[in-house]
Amino acid sequence: MRRSRAFLALTLAGALVATAACSKGSGGNAEAKVDKVEIMSWWVGPGEEPGLNAMVALLKTQHPEITFQNSGVAGGAGTNAKAQLATRLAANNPPDSYQRHAGQEIATDIKNGDVEDLTYLYQRNNWNSVFNKGLLETLTNNGKIYSVPVNIHRSNLLWYIPKTLTDLGIAAPPKSWDEFLTQAATIKSKGKTPLSIGPAWTQKHLLENVLLGELGVDKYNGLWNGKTDWTGADVNAALKKYTQIMSFSDLASAGADWQPAIDRVIEGAAVYNVMGDWAASYFDGAKKLKFKEGWNVTASPGTDGVYNFLSDSFTLPVGAPHKAAAEIWLTLCGSKEGQDAFNPLKGSIPARTDADKSKYTGYLETALADWGNPSTKVVGSLTHGVVANDAWNAEIDTALGLFIKSGDATAFASAVKTAYEKNK
Amino acid sequence: MRRIRQWGPGLLLLAPSLLVLGWFVYGFMAKTAQLSLTSARGRNLTGDFVGFENYQELGDTAGVTGQRFEIDVKNVLIFTLVFVGGSLLLGFVLALLLERGIRGETFFRSVFIFPMAISFIAIAIIWRWLESNGTGSQLTGINKLFSFVGLSFLQNNWFKSDSGWAIAAVALPAGWALSGYVMALFLAGMRGVPEDLREAARVDGAREPQVFWHVIRPMLLPVTMSALVILAHISLKTFDLIYAMDLKSLKIDTPALFMWFTTFEGGFYGRGAAIAMLLLFGVAVIIVPYIWYSVRSERRT
Repeated sequence: MRRSRAFLALTLAGALVATAACSKGSGGNAEAKVDKVEIMSWWVGPGEEPGLNAMVALLKTQHPEITFQNSGVAGGAGTNAKAQLATRLAANNPPDSYQRHAGQEIATDIKNGDVEDLTYLYQRNNWNSVFNKGLLETLTNNGKIYSVPVNIHRSNLLWYIPKTLTDLGIAAPPKSWDEFLTQAATIKSKGKTPLSIGPAWTQKHLLENVLLGELGVDKYNGLWNGKTDWTGADVNAALKKYTQIMSFSDLASAGADWQPAIDRVIEGAAVYNVMGDWAASYFDGAKKLKFKEGWNVTASPGTDGVYNFLSDSFTLPVGAPHKAAAEIWLTLCGSKEGQDAFNPLKGSIPARTDADKSKYTGYLETALADWGNPSTKVVGSLTHGVVANDAWNAEIDTALGLFIKSGDATAFASAVKTAYEKNK
Repeated sequence: MRRIRQWGPGLLLLAPSLLVLGWFVYGFMAKTAQLSLTSARGRNLTGDFVGFENYQELGDTAGVTGQRFEIDVKNVLIFTLVFVGGSLLLGFVLALLLERGIRGETFFRSVFIFPMAISFIAIAIIWRWLESNGTGSQLTGINKLFSFVGLSFLQNNWFKSDSGWAIAAVALPAGWALSGYVMALFLAGMRGVPEDLREAARVDGAREPQVFWHVIRPMLLPVTMSALVILAHISLKTFDLIYAMDLKSLKIDTPALFMWFTTFEGGFYGRGAAIAMLLLFGVAVIIVPYIWYSVRSERRT
């Protein structure tokens, strides 16, 4: 009896070890073949997935031998995808290419040596002459470029419903934040919310555009490279203006996300909303309103002629299992056909300047014209990872949360400055 | 040799789980403790030894990190108080009602337990709507109900309140979800009291409330302790509910969320590990006395 029990224990223990060994064995089959490409992105939502699928379809016609493996991870602004990616990169098990916001968001990866220098792809495809100059400058890190931008979104936009303005007797949307404050007092006295707002990240989104509008392009750019002093008088004045603007928002009962905040504008309960241009497809598609008549948009106050951009880009991780296929994917991402297939569906404009203009209608047509206009100044977005690295950005989140609670602009500015010094 | 025969097979059976547990729980705990004493940044997890600097930063309310952590600790204490107290009380009352043997007991038991089957994310989405503080055309959920029945003065800002008690509005749905489970625990405890004990008390002239107070209540102590430990550790690690309720709102921020954001968004692995260690310490404060208590009572019997 006792012996048989010992035998049973031994068998069970052995079986467990065997299972563990098996599950480990099936994981690693790294071969440098051009038969498959695994792409990791957070494009799984409406508008985004169709755009990705259009590019995949293009890949299939050009290279039928490549199987496309979509490792999409849901979650707004890629928060969840980034956490999963961090695990995979730490385990030296990278996908063949992964999505990152263009700009400083990739800086940590470069520092860690996770991504390959892609300058050779830019030379091979002559991309330096077809991508926007301002964009290329933001992408360049010590003379090298590590990612391929697919699309361009604009952050500094003020959304409104023309009819609401007419009803209130307002001739035009404000050109400066001071003008906004004057309008806001009138709007409030008539029982409407001047500006609708959403969760924490939309408050940060508003902050960057108030700073841009109040400080202008040069000082705004200086905020991110140490040339503008955060604790200076002009920044302090801009931050105080932000507090004033927020006092005219519905912060106390803020929407759960950016769409509910836009809903309040559409219903007429609120008048303005500052949001990126992904809102255009929400007005057009989800709400079935007509551009110019049903809804309209203009540069956020004080930012006429400035394009505060963000961009989704793809990288080549060091040790990508299918490097050759990944290069084919990246070339497609940077190509005219690829960008023109993706962007009309995603509701963004191509990073290239030679796009087929006939494919972009409604809001996108005006966006493309602004982006292509040589006099337009291009700056990068804070909230969407262009100008500040992850560490600094996360510290700004904490400081901003406390700032919105306390309204102490001086404390916020010095906290952001300290965080910059520690994390640059 | 005979002694090995006695405990050998048992040990062999336990060995795989001991190894896995030892490595994946206690090994990682040690790794986290070591990490929390370094300045590790970014994913490669290498950093200089900095002693207790990360802990000092969390305790220093001159900096934003310390200020946020102070809010977080206050929040998680309120959350624990409302959530644990609320679900214990509600669960107990529900169990008491069902214990009387009402008609359709099985039906009600399932109804009360069902919320536990819903994931915290889904609960957050439902309650985010129920506890919305919109006015006018945005009036929804509980506030709308209040205005409907003429109790408008009860309307409040719930988890968007400025009072510092905003987190209590998040503890409410958590308590709602777990109270059915607590009810099941209490019900099992009450049913476990032998009928002859109650009979004996009644024969001695005790009335029902006295039977409950002097006979049943003392026998529910172990159940209460288990429920308390289970609820308290859930409360410290609650993440998804708060995350989905109002993303990154400092009004309902807790150490668990701060740890996640600072580690995985900001790349501050050392600081994240320090917060994790403090959470572990918080759990230990609850669990260790419980283990001590149960070991002692097991020995006595």
